[in-house]
Amino acid sequence: MQHGKYRFIAGFLVIPLAIYAIFVISPFVQAIYYSFTDWTGLSPDMKMVGFDNYARLFQDDVFWAAVGNSVTLLLLLPVVTLSLGLFFAFMLNVGGRRRKKAVIGGVRGSSAYKILYFFPQVLSVPIVALLFQFAYNPESGALNAFFKAIGLDNVQPDWLGDPGIALWCVMGAMVWANVGFYVVLFSAGMSSIPKDFYEAALLDGANRFNTFFRITLPLLWDTVQTGWIYMGILALDVSAFAFVQIMSVGPGGPDYATEVLPLYVYQKTFRDGQAGYATSIGVSLLIVTLIFSAIVMRLGRRERLEF
Amino acid sequence: MGSTSEFNRRDLVKRAAALGIVAVPAMSMLSACAGASSGDGDKVAKGKKTAKNPLAVNESAGLDVVIFDGGFGDKYAKDAQAEYLKAFPKAEGKVKLSSTQKIQSTLQPRFNGGNPPDLVDNSGAEQMDFGTLVGKNQLSDLTPLLDAPSVDDPNKKVRDTLRPGVIEMGQFGGKETWILYYAYTVYGVWYSKGNLRKLDAEYPETWDEMLALCAKAKKKGIAGWTYPGKYPYYLPFSLYPFIAKIGGAEVLRRIDNLEPNAWKDPAVKAAFDAYYELYKKGYVLKGSPGLDHLQSQKAWADGKALFIPNGSWVENESAKQIAANPHFDLAVGAPSSLSSSDKMPFGTIWASGGEPYIVPKAAKNSDGGMELLRIMLSKKSAQNFIKQVSSLCSFNGGTEGVTLPPGLTSAHAALQKAGSNIVNPRLQDWYVALQKERIGVGALGEMMAGRMTPDEAIKKIQKYADDTRDDSSVKKYKR
Repeated sequence: MQHGKYRFIAGFLVIPLAIYAIFVISPFVQAIYYSFTDWTGLSPDMKMVGFDNYARLFQDDVFWAAVGNSVTLLLLLPVVTLSLGLFFAFMLNVGGRRRKKAVIGGVRGSSAYKILYFFPQVLSVPIVALLFQFAYNPESGALNAFFKAIGLDNVQPDWLGDPGIALWCVMGAMVWANVGFYVVLFSAGMSSIPKDFYEAALLDGANRFNTFFRITLPLLWDTVQTGWIYMGILALDVSAFAFVQIMSVGPGGPDYATEVLPLYVYQKTFRDGQAGYATSIGVSLLIVTLIFSAIVMRLGRRERLEF
Repeated sequence: MGSTSEFNRRDLVKRAAALGIVAVPAMSMLSACAGASSGDGDKVAKGKKTAKNPLAVNESAGLDVVIFDGGFGDKYAKDAQAEYLKAFPKAEGKVKLSSTQKIQSTLQPRFNGGNPPDLVDNSGAEQMDFGTLVGKNQLSDLTPLLDAPSVDDPNKKVRDTLRPGVIEMGQFGGKETWILYYAYTVYGVWYSKGNLRKLDAEYPETWDEMLALCAKAKKKGIAGWTYPGKYPYYLPFSLYPFIAKIGGAEVLRRIDNLEPNAWKDPAVKAAFDAYYELYKKGYVLKGSPGLDHLQSQKAWADGKALFIPNGSWVENESAKQIAANPHFDLAVGAPSSLSSSDKMPFGTIWASGGEPYIVPKAAKNSDGGMELLRIMLSKKSAQNFIKQVSSLCSFNGGTEGVTLPPGLTSAHAALQKAGSNIVNPRLQDWYVALQKERIGVGALGEMMAGRMTPDEAIKKIQKYADDTRDDSSVKKYKR
């Protein structure tokens, strides 16, 4: 009976599988193939160069700077965004002071906050990036103006112009743009947790801290894991590209402080006419992504709690 | 059939998710790179060669033109297209002119597929790399166009109607001319005569005067200089001619040729030291390292800084802010003299072509593409261009009878004053990555932000130049 099961399932999925093969698998294979060529991206003629492109990667300081920054984003962006998202969602749904009748509830005005948090989500990435760029403007931006207004005339950082903090500035904008989505997502997850659990916990004398770590988080784990993967992709992919491309010095600077892998792929393909080399960077991006997803899958493996 | 014990939904979902994770980021970056096999462009038949049609354009053939829709817009090209139709009425309805800011993403698939347009204005942020296009034999040699009689005077070849240096810019080490630059840009130190008048000053012709003027401005809370720190490769617009002025045009030539130790020339060091001094003495507007070009131009137009390294497009780009001050009186200055032993006289300036037009090799109607260019290089079209976009044209003339805006008048005067002392460094079109990312962002930006001394910057740039020379994936050029 077990024999031929996959074939049976595949029978129903012929069309989607074919589309998947054409539009997802074949570009992959092609890209891996191109990474062994000296293709310029501007003319159809190319020749095989074996592992030259990959050998070059190892010598390429910019590539390693990009790997470093991409991995930094990959490690920090999900942690920061999800923690903030969880914290806010908890405060909006559970963390409020106890009121009559309701067992749990959010802080005062939580529904207004919810809209506020979600607001950045309706703005497109380029607009958010531009807004932050204005705020970071060292000469007339909101941040430095604020510092001046409170008397910190000497604290006038160059923000995006300072290699020490440029990546953090970009990351700040990315967190701001994304945290609202997770507040809403986690709020939805929390609302499906039965109230009796909280009631029982409260009767046992649990404080907010304990309620969060012993009830909310474990029951929300699946959602958090999904969010983690999603944020990881964002950190590696187009979103990071867009923010860095629009906001950073250069882009990618100053002095490669914000160079990330997708941006480097773009620059090598479209600016330098080295599409073959760019695809080999793309393949290394694929490897980073694979490692990331393997780790997340392994770490995230837990018994699902049914309730 | 399938029992849930071994094969459940969760597994399926998990596997799908795992595949998806892999697919999503890699997909978007990689799928942009799918290629196609080469197709031979079927050329249209030649037309009849006459005095009015020296390029023997097929009179009824279609024409496909793609224009970069940037600061200059596309109206000037559309007007030329109307002229083309006047000359070839049979092509009516078959001439297609489209404009885009995304030159590369629009055209790359067409180049790869072997069916590119007949004429392209390869400009803007998505400019296709010329070195690669030339190296991969994707462009038509424009010599027939250059040797054709000009529209206005049949006894004069098109090549004799162009401004100095334009043809050389379109050559890549050989006899062929691959690119025809249509606009003509003057680079230098841009300033407001009005703002200088307020300080009872004129444009400083020597560096000592420059420093004195900056000191004076500083007392009034005005910065001497600003620059777009986000794109520090604006600094060379005044820095490179400054280097040439100090050490002679030869220094820039050696730099362009990536010769060993070209950057170790004392003239480079002198110029870098001078600019670094601006930073050291606090004459650079605070926060400049974090400004983009528009922000720095705004600060400059608002009178917060006196000077900015820029090109003649600034008049158009910052028109609104400049207009806010009726006494602004925009002007461009050549690099000030560092000392009396400078090799080139005051007035030495960087001027070169802009808006590079190309006729792809595989174009179906390449004669038509060149013919449209020939029409654009007529006095009438050039005048139209100058009036519309207030920029000079690579056609040497067309300014008579046109009231030029102040910045352009000043640029025009600067060209007259420079005479033959026009320099034209080529790094920015030969080695884009080296010029913009490495030298610009990696060294000059760091130096002007005070994070690197001139000596360190020079050392770093020399290494970048050496790396580029040794990089076999980059095509090299000589001049």
